[in-house]
Amino acid sequence: MLEQLTEAINSTGLLNLTPGNLIMWAVAFALMYLAIKKGVEPLLLVPISFGIFAANFPLTGLMEPGGLYYMFFHNGIQNELIPPLIFLGLGAMTDFGPVIANPKTLLLGAAAQLGVYAAFFTALLFGFNIAEAAVIGIIGGADGPTTIFLSANLAPHLMGAVSVAAYSYMALVPLIIPPVAKLLTTPRERAMVMKQMRPVSKGEKILFPLLASLVIILLVPKSAPLIAMFMLGNLFMESGVVQRLTDVSRNELMNIVTIFLGLGVGATMSAETFLKPQTIYIFILGIVAFAFAAAGGILIAKIMNLFTTNKVNPLIGAAGVSAVPMAARVVHMLGSEANPQNYLLMHAMGPNVAGVIGTAVAAGAFITAIH
Amino acid sequence: MATPVNSPMVGKLISVDVKVGDQVKENDPVATIEAMKMYVKIYAPASGVVKEIKANPGDVVNPDTVILTLE
Repeated sequence: MLEQLTEAINSTGLLNLTPGNLIMWAVAFALMYLAIKKGVEPLLLVPISFGIFAANFPLTGLMEPGGLYYMFFHNGIQNELIPPLIFLGLGAMTDFGPVIANPKTLLLGAAAQLGVYAAFFTALLFGFNIAEAAVIGIIGGADGPTTIFLSANLAPHLMGAVSVAAYSYMALVPLIIPPVAKLLTTPRERAMVMKQMRPVSKGEKILFPLLASLVIILLVPKSAPLIAMFMLGNLFMESGVVQRLTDVSRNELMNIVTIFLGLGVGATMSAETFLKPQTIYIFILGIVAFAFAAAGGILIAKIMNLFTTNKVNPLIGAAGVSAVPMAARVVHMLGSEANPQNYLLMHAMGPNVAGVIGTAVAAGAFITAIH
Repeated sequence: MATPVNSPMVGKLISVDVKVGDQVKENDPVATIEAMKMYVKIYAPASGVVKEIKANPGDVVNPDTVILTLE
């Protein structure tokens, strides 16, 4: 009788709580606070933070094989299903017009990947292994789904930390880009007005996703899951004949998978995997990656200006850290601060969407090189 | 000579922030458009008096749309 009672008491969650669980709850509540009160990426951080909260109850089995969150994580993320589905939705809301009008901006999107490699090499110096360093480096691409995709591939144990770092720094883009951009440009450079963009025809917009797939997937086959879905979504939108598929890709489907993505990522953050010194390093390296990405784009823009006649405002290079369209907005604001007649928003969208492609390609390249 | 104030980019006109007859200085905000879910202020390219308002809030504007003219 007494034995049964003790057993019943011992099987409650309360007696099995560990200090680690409590700390993880504090992390979950902090993220929830940021999401709900401060508006930091709420669509992702609300499900992620609740995932952390729920996964840190003892004895639930949520994250054991067969458990509910385990299924979200295993089927959706570990099998690399959800990030490409999100890319489908992103493709269905991305206007490649600015890139087509000014293809040079593709280079700026690529230049921002310097941040990825800067953080990659720094992480190696910090003692992370090559796969872990790649996953940390990709934070600099400022692209959540790509970060999760790569970490599922190379270092699933870091997924929680890198994705939270990526999403929180993305929200901090308005604070990270301006100091870097101001350091590397003169007020005169920032004030520079760019030439009006040429109009882009519907035919060009339909051809773009096909041509881009051809080039990118032939060059970096491992980027195919992300790029193929991204370009399909874009073709949905630009073809103009499948409005229903366009809408469902960028609204309902994206919203549904975001729930599973958030819960699955949050649930990976158990006390054992998250409460380690390496998590702190990841956050430090993440911000290094962001700063270098912005700097890389700006510097390449300045170098490009040395060789071309149709000059670009170097600020738009900073928009090469994806974070669409936040980075482009920040660049626009910096430009109009230097000169009210300077409207950079659309010009900055070029490197901005190119940055998304660039990061997916960088992830594909890492997988090819490391796997 | 009238100076046209065009939209700098494709967007939706949210509001014209001046009235006909208003005196504006160069770099004063004269209208607001929405593009990329961001409100973008349009600043007067020159000083002058608002002569005519040619677009209405809610209109889709692009770089060849004249929003208003200054004189």
